[in-house]
Amino acid sequence: MSLTLWNPESRSAPPRRSGMDDPGSEGRFGRFGGRFVPESLVPACEELERGFREAWADPAFRAALNQTLALYAGRPTPVTPAARLSAELGVTLLLKREDLAHTGSHKINNVIGQALLARRMGKTHLLAETGAGQHGVATATAGALLGLDVTVFMGERDMERQQLNVFRMELLGARVVGVSSGSRTLKDACNEALRNWVGAVDDAHYCIGSVLGPHPYPWMVREFQRVIGEEARGQCADLLTHGVPDVVVACVGGGSNAAGVFAGFVDTSARLVGVEPEGGAAVTFGQPGVLHGFQSYVLQDESGQILEATSISAGLDYPGVGPEHAHLADTGRASYVTMSDDEAVAAVSRLARTEGILPALESAHAVAWVLRAAGTADLPSGSTVLVNLSGRGDKDADQLARLM
Amino acid sequence: MTAGPLEAHLRGRRDAGRALLVPYVTGGVTADWLDYARAYAKAGADAIEIGLPFSDPMLDGGTIQEASDRALSRGVTPGGLLEELSGANVGAPLIIMTYGNVVYRAGPEEFCKRLAEVGVAGLIMPDVPYDEVRGLSGAALAAGIELVLLAAPSTTASRLERIAAESRGFVYGVTVMGTTGERGALAESAGSVAVRLRELTTKPVLMGFGISTPAQAVEAAAHADGVIVASALMRRVIEGATPAELGADVLAIRQALDVPQG
Repeated sequence: MSLTLWNPESRSAPPRRSGMDDPGSEGRFGRFGGRFVPESLVPACEELERGFREAWADPAFRAALNQTLALYAGRPTPVTPAARLSAELGVTLLLKREDLAHTGSHKINNVIGQALLARRMGKTHLLAETGAGQHGVATATAGALLGLDVTVFMGERDMERQQLNVFRMELLGARVVGVSSGSRTLKDACNEALRNWVGAVDDAHYCIGSVLGPHPYPWMVREFQRVIGEEARGQCADLLTHGVPDVVVACVGGGSNAAGVFAGFVDTSARLVGVEPEGGAAVTFGQPGVLHGFQSYVLQDESGQILEATSISAGLDYPGVGPEHAHLADTGRASYVTMSDDEAVAAVSRLARTEGILPALESAHAVAWVLRAAGTADLPSGSTVLVNLSGRGDKDADQLARLM
Repeated sequence: MTAGPLEAHLRGRRDAGRALLVPYVTGGVTADWLDYARAYAKAGADAIEIGLPFSDPMLDGGTIQEASDRALSRGVTPGGLLEELSGANVGAPLIIMTYGNVVYRAGPEEFCKRLAEVGVAGLIMPDVPYDEVRGLSGAALAAGIELVLLAAPSTTASRLERIAAESRGFVYGVTVMGTTGERGALAESAGSVAVRLRELTTKPVLMGFGISTPAQAVEAAAHADGVIVASALMRRVIEGATPAELGADVLAIRQALDVPQG
């Protein structure tokens, strides 16, 4: 795994093709991915893979998805040139505005895709895990839109910390089930959702919130998030002299918003940078392992017990990372760096004051990298950089008020 | 492939007309956890399944989750538990049950070699299905560890055939679409999994998940070669029952299974 950032001398080198294609029937991204689930769940994963392959090849499904994203979720989201902050930093900073999507983040792209697929496959019930509640709220929203029952598993500790989102999910008609096992946070909610899915596979679809889980989830969720990168590619072509930014940067917890925006630029000369939170940096500090159905880098102790992630940003608080990111790190096509809680909080405030945009704490990690790198060899003056602003910060206002 | 020592042992007992009984204990759940295993052996266990606790046991219900949490909060490690097994002389063949990450972290070759060194005969990994086991089966084979595969009610015919062919030691039939844990009644799916497996293989077929009482054990064993009992025993351990008391529980199941059926 290389943690070295891009070297300016290699700027003209053609990018290596790597990952971000169909991972095949075994769901492999290099040495990562796969389908590490109990035998009971294998047929359900196979059924889902077949269902997704058929739907994704079906123009009618794609049309229904695109129409829902446009008429309901607010796509396309704009790319906004951050004029004042760009001038301060000496770089051209563009923001892909997923914060403007319905429910306030990119999460909606994936849940609408999965909910439409679940309905097409004859499922009547969606199961979801949630940490801070963003994916739970998005799933509850898609369930309400399409008339599907929704059960959201949430760690009891997260329920205490995010009472408002629990209420939002219930307002949207979802049932929220508290998880009291283990660390009572996101990873335990994933375990509980998987356990419940085993007993409910006939009627229920497990709507995973990131590029995680057994095959086909990491691939399928990336494909549902690819819309971010494809839109941004076209928008950058209109806005930038060279058409493609020098760098594309996104925060990485499980890694779904990063996977979506990277997918639009992986075949270009753009450097791809994933920003992990210091307290949950699986690519940077993890070891290869198996968690929640897939092989990837995982934060764990010497004997293989999974460690708890501890980031200020609940949405990045996950001890693993999507297997495709692990592979992109292995091949060097993307590089992964970490930002501290303090740098993320400072970035929220800087972007709010210079651009009138309050980013989610998650997304602020990507902005923070630009603040740190601008004017250094990592991001020389005059560079162009696209930040995927994955979500809006309204949800974090209480937390920020206590911190500032 | 010729039968390994675990399979030969279980076959021999099965062919002698005995219904097989494999009770479970979570390694490290108490300081004297090995005494539970010894009590099981004395009560007539044909083999003993030992769980190496994992922080995120995806296929386990509340009881085994709690047993795992207790063990981990006592500070036990897989390496330490295997060390305790070394020379422990439990009195029955031992089968380790643990999740894939514990094995991958140690390295499959190292892990299987270590199992063999401490006298373990078999290995079960509930989150590593047939398709993903290939990378591990070589390591297990080289170390002489019999890698047991699971079959579920949802397993398709073609997968079931491959699982029956490739499982070593015995074939683990999962009775129910769900996690481990006690249930009021044995799932209807239990019988069909057992029957389907026995049509495909002469290897011992043992049923597990939700087998809690002597009566349920007899019911599950009717179509199979034996049963695995875990959560019902671990609930008693968590409640504070002694090794002698657990030995009596296992003996009650043993005696029920030994009553001539039909």
